Amino acid sequence: MNALLDLLRILVFPGMIFLVVMGMAGQYLDRKLYARLQNRVGPPWYQPVADLFKLLGKESVIPEEADKGMFRIAPVFALAAVITAFLYIPLWNARPVLSFQGDLVVVLYLLLIPTLTFFLGGWYSRSIFSTLGAVRSITQLFAYEIPLLISLLSPALLANTWSISGMVQYYAEHPYRWLFNLIGFGVGLITLLGKLERVPFDAPEAETEIVAGSFTEYSGRHLAFFRLAIDSEAIASSSLLAAVFLPFGMGLPLWWGVPLYLAKVAGILFVLAVLRTVFARLRMDQMINFCWRYVAPIAFLQVIIDLVIKEVF
Amino acid sequence: MGEKKGRPGEKKGRPGEMILSVLGSLFKKPATMRYPFEKFRMPDHFRGQPKFKSELCTGCRLCIRDCPSQAITITKIGEKKFEASIDLGKCVYCAQCQETCPRKVIDITTDFELAQLDRGKLKVTFHADTTKACVEESTGT
Amino acid sequence: MSDERVVTVPIGPQHPALKEPESFMVDLRGEKIDAVRMRFGYNHRGIEKGCEQRSYTQDLYLVERVCGICSYAHSTAFVQAVEEIAGLELPRRAVYIRTIIAELERVHSHLLWLGVAGHEIGFDTLLMYTWRDREQVMILLARLTGNRVNYGMNTLGGVRRDIAPEMIPEILKVVDSLEERVKYYINLATSEQTVIQRLSGVGKLTREDALSLGTVGPTARASGVDRDTRRDDPYLAYRDVSFKVITDTHCDVYGRTVVRLGELLESFSIVRQLIKNIPDGPIAIKAPRRIPEGEAVSRYEAPRGEDVHYVRGNGSEKPERVKVRAPTLANTQSVSKMLEDGYLADLPIVIAAIDPCFSCTDRMVSLRENDGNEGRTMSWEEVSRYGVEWHKARGIDFSRVRIPGGAGA
Repeated sequence: MNALLDLLRILVFPGMIFLVVMGMAGQYLDRKLYARLQNRVGPPWYQPVADLFKLLGKESVIPEEADKGMFRIAPVFALAAVITAFLYIPLWNARPVLSFQGDLVVVLYLLLIPTLTFFLGGWYSRSIFSTLGAVRSITQLFAYEIPLLISLLSPALLANTWSISGMVQYYAEHPYRWLFNLIGFGVGLITLLGKLERVPFDAPEAETEIVAGSFTEYSGRHLAFFRLAIDSEAIASSSLLAAVFLPFGMGLPLWWGVPLYLAKVAGILFVLAVLRTVFARLRMDQMINFCWRYVAPIAFLQVIIDLVIKEVF
Repeated sequence: MGEKKGRPGEKKGRPGEMILSVLGSLFKKPATMRYPFEKFRMPDHFRGQPKFKSELCTGCRLCIRDCPSQAITITKIGEKKFEASIDLGKCVYCAQCQETCPRKVIDITTDFELAQLDRGKLKVTFHADTTKACVEESTGT
Repeated sequence: MSDERVVTVPIGPQHPALKEPESFMVDLRGEKIDAVRMRFGYNHRGIEKGCEQRSYTQDLYLVERVCGICSYAHSTAFVQAVEEIAGLELPRRAVYIRTIIAELERVHSHLLWLGVAGHEIGFDTLLMYTWRDREQVMILLARLTGNRVNYGMNTLGGVRRDIAPEMIPEILKVVDSLEERVKYYINLATSEQTVIQRLSGVGKLTREDALSLGTVGPTARASGVDRDTRRDDPYLAYRDVSFKVITDTHCDVYGRTVVRLGELLESFSIVRQLIKNIPDGPIAIKAPRRIPEGEAVSRYEAPRGEDVHYVRGNGSEKPERVKVRAPTLANTQSVSKMLEDGYLADLPIVIAAIDPCFSCTDRMVSLRENDGNEGRTMSWEEVSRYGVEWHKARGIDFSRVRIPGGAGA
């Protein structure tokens, strides 16, 4: 009986199906906001679902020179990694589906895998534009990943635990301490734009320069899985940020907790959409410059603040 | 590109300049017109589809001479009775035919929704009727 | 770094960065551009030959359709040349109306360019906003001329439509509203940090290079070359208005943006002056169908630069030769110079910064060998066979292609 319940939790709620549905809702929210901010109408609510089904129904064309195995497996790997990562993130209480000491590091690692699959998928597509996009994906990784990791690890330093659910419990016991981590939250939001390859950091997928980057040769169901993985990655990373930086209200009963969680994720997606709208795309070297010159020092500052607070209290 | 240190000389630059205007757009009505559910009316004197009043035509064929794309054909179907057919696919809607015609036979309407799925349906024939000018869309000539 | 492999990326003929087909073969080392090879000709439609086979009245509309954005420039340049051969003296009101429409076309073209530049640097919001504002001037032009593009305003000897007195407040309203928006865009372009970073230092072209490569229009003016056909060789009603020629010393894409935005403000001022002083009178005079023998060169400052039309009449109803030199042909020579030492990421915006209009550009150019021979003419079959052999030599397999006329295979 317990095993069945666990299976249900992993596959349906709050696991795979929930994540996929949330991913599509998140895509809708992002596209609608992006459009409204630009004084346009935007797609209807069923657009992401319709896109998914349309792509699933189309023929998937694989270039002759591409490595068929890698080409096919890359999207599935991405989706699998994101779903697994999501299982460890506490959403509206301190008990995620799975947890253990050190799962923060594992989640961060799992959320790195999608970027690696973009690289592999693009590299093994053997097309000029895909190769350029793949290389850019990996290069960009060096810019945003360090500040992101540092900013996510600093609240853990304060909470003295490497488990996300442990962190949530710590912050529940010491209310208002999460306010010290707001600088890290800002850093996390900016670097999240890099991870999700959104403007201003969407050089790997720059439509006007390299057609579609790693995804140029993808079509049909493989592209559908990639898109699903990207949408789910947005939700998983936003949930991670919400759990690490906004761990308030985690002790509330379910009918308060779930809307609060949804509101947190919606808020983060709103900020991401606004940031996407007001900036132009930065060139690769400008982006690396920006991340190492401004963002990384601020992330370090957050670490120092947390170390100091830890000593004081 | 290495010499530029990320901030050019006299331009100070603040990121996110557009943010207020962009957030304001959230509360405004979208600028998009939901065509075809909301119809767009072209202004008066817009050059749309030409219409031909057969009873006034004398068959001088000056319109054919001046049409840039040979979209008009005039056929004589009887004594002083002429029929015209305009190929809407070839017509460039320049209204030169209206200007050239000495008897004001051609009228330019504002109709611009002229798309068809069948190329043959783009040829519009204006039959000569003794009582009034009637228009009928026919398949081919 | 120098023994990195050189990769050739085909930008075009079909590419999201290009609005019109043109082939740029880019040699890349990593992200840096080594060399750029350009090929034109994908948009050639035989317009010059088509003009020779149609009467002058029909040619009015054919020449107008050389380009969608600068259609009025071509139409007016052509009709000016023909009127010069025929020795026609236009009524002043017609000239003023032509100038007003010309400046309104410049407004719509520069706003379009601003949106396209925004799109090329990944700033889609700028695209949406500028094209929303551009709708105001498109609707105004539709009311004035009867169409949103390809206005059909010109006729031999004047214009076809008059500006009714009740239209004048509307024109002024649109001009006022757009002037405010353009001021906002100027502020945006000069203070939004990501935009400045993408536009500055990119596509550098020194003044000497601009002069020696023959650039025209805002591309040249952004490198400090003070040339504007409206002031240097006044046509239409430009002698009666006062305006500044905007130049800039930045010599890069940022300078070109600033020049175009400044020109927008000048256009608004010109339109206001013209409306205030527009004379009464007829809008056209009767022009003969047969244009006498003679030739004329007509220069016009299109939104992209200097547009040159040459027309030769031979006393009949049809012109003997029409030649169009579009401004983009002069500006594309400088693109490879601008891209030297640049990044691949800058290629779309550098190409977009010369405001390319390849539809205007693809005309017939005859090249002579150095030994002074006339060159050779090929028949249709020879051309077809030549094309097939050329592609076969590059490895294209023709075994399943049926070639009409039986050439190749």
